[in-house]
Amino acid sequence: MVDRRPWITVLSHLVLIVGVLIVAFPLYLAFVASTHTADAIVQSPMPLLPGAHLWENYQAALFGSGKLGSNTNVMHMMWVSFVTAMVITVGKIAISLLSAFAIVYFRFPFKMLCFWAIFLTLMLPVEVRILPTYKVVAELGMLNSYAGLTLPLIASATATFLFRQFFLTVPDELVEAARIDGAGPMRFFKDVLVPLSKTSVAALFVIQFIYGWNQYLWPLLMTTSEDMYPVVIGIKRMLAGGEAAVDWNIVMATAIVAMLPPAAVVMLMQKWFVKGLVDTEK
Amino acid sequence: MEKRVLFRSTWLPWALLLPQLLIIGIFFFWPAAQAVLQSFQIEDAFGMSTEWVGLENFANLLDDPTYLNSFMRTALFSVLVAGLGIAISLILAIFADRIVRAAMLYKTLLIVPYAVAPVIAGVLWMFMFSPSLGVVAHYLGELGYNWNHIMNEGQAMALVVLASVWKQISYNFLFFLAGLQSIPKSLIEAASIDGAGPWRRFWNIQLPLLSPTTFFLLVINIVYAFFDTFGIIDAATAGGPGQSTSILVYKVYQDGFKSLDLGSSAAQSVILMIIVVALTVVQFRYVEKKVQY
Repeated sequence: MVDRRPWITVLSHLVLIVGVLIVAFPLYLAFVASTHTADAIVQSPMPLLPGAHLWENYQAALFGSGKLGSNTNVMHMMWVSFVTAMVITVGKIAISLLSAFAIVYFRFPFKMLCFWAIFLTLMLPVEVRILPTYKVVAELGMLNSYAGLTLPLIASATATFLFRQFFLTVPDELVEAARIDGAGPMRFFKDVLVPLSKTSVAALFVIQFIYGWNQYLWPLLMTTSEDMYPVVIGIKRMLAGGEAAVDWNIVMATAIVAMLPPAAVVMLMQKWFVKGLVDTEK
Repeated sequence: MEKRVLFRSTWLPWALLLPQLLIIGIFFFWPAAQAVLQSFQIEDAFGMSTEWVGLENFANLLDDPTYLNSFMRTALFSVLVAGLGIAISLILAIFADRIVRAAMLYKTLLIVPYAVAPVIAGVLWMFMFSPSLGVVAHYLGELGYNWNHIMNEGQAMALVVLASVWKQISYNFLFFLAGLQSIPKSLIEAASIDGAGPWRRFWNIQLPLLSPTTFFLLVINIVYAFFDTFGIIDAATAGGPGQSTSILVYKVYQDGFKSLDLGSSAAQSVILMIIVVALTVVQFRYVEKKVQY
């Protein structure tokens, strides 16, 4: 910084540490809870330091101990979440790259109409149209299927819009050079545009993966069979036992496991994610 | 918006657009149109007969005290979530901007809540504040403050607000930090040479230059509070006690899927659509003015 005021640096670190503690506290508590027995947790107050049951709790959570009230084990739910998230992410990115390319680099009748139609989908999150979307999916026989879980969520145009913003900043000289060299549009797309879009694709990958993994309301409505539950639904359902005592340690272990993939994606791709998020959202 | 160089082809753009248009046609416009249509009808619970009632569903909603309460509650909830979320993230971003060492570490740790699903955030906070076994609830009790969000409406609202703000801190923090880092250092230095202290520099230079970011985040946070918090509320309070944390989107879910009042639920969805469209249009117009290609 410009002026030398060491006390401000100390204050900054203090504030940030407090911030991190507040942010991390619920997660820390969940971790601690996942290492104790259910009885230790129920006796309030719960101990604040990790216990000794980490391994058995996680095993019970991942491979099913029968106490969860369902036959599905968490591994399967994680798989459902993973497939859903990947399909949504890859599907959306692929479709959007093509659409943004068409919108930006071609002239054709009704172009503006298409653009506005796509833009309109940005404005309405799935929560606002759940009922009729449910009806459509039911009519198409897609309830309880991966198709039903993923297709309606691919229908919003966030990715198309972001790619469009990005493509508009690509210099025209590149297109001209490609044409002079005799490249057709798809050649240009494949060999020039897509490699240039790597950062945006990476950022969108993170955003869409987390979006797909964390979906709650939509899967809640359209899956009735337990083996199509994503893991976030599974966790919530573990709490739904009215009379049966909730195995909080297992619930917390499952929650931690459920949080690991998206957290890993964010942390590993952090640099691209932050850059892409901030640069392209503006 | 037009590029100078364009490809000419009659069929290729349509082929490229086809997947997207198909998906949004089937899964967006068709349901959205049906929602609008349904909002003008009353249907019996079995879907056997429908009756066209025009604006009656809407009129009923506007007369219904439960709905108006939910409206007020949603407004309060979103103002609290947006306000607190922005304030806290701004403070963290300002201090994060100032330090050099361990910046990456703080950033990584502060981003983690972004990866947490809203419903899991609701579960975590509910776990901490559970009157029977929650750690925080217990220590609050020892301090003499009786916490029971299952019975106390104000506390239930506080719980969902806190959980929602917690989850959103990462997102706001990232944007504020980027905004701060895009302010030219020369401006700050000039002010410092002129004798402005850190508070002055913040208040008169950084804060005004952050106003586009702040505005953008305000809209995003309000839309977040309206919709993405569904999971938090379902996990933490299920709209309760009574209806006290049942915000508009939660009410759409309750009325549509639990009570099977499809016409009213569709009407509520339409009203929500109008609100979101209005917010997005405002934001788009404002942002587009400042961006040049």
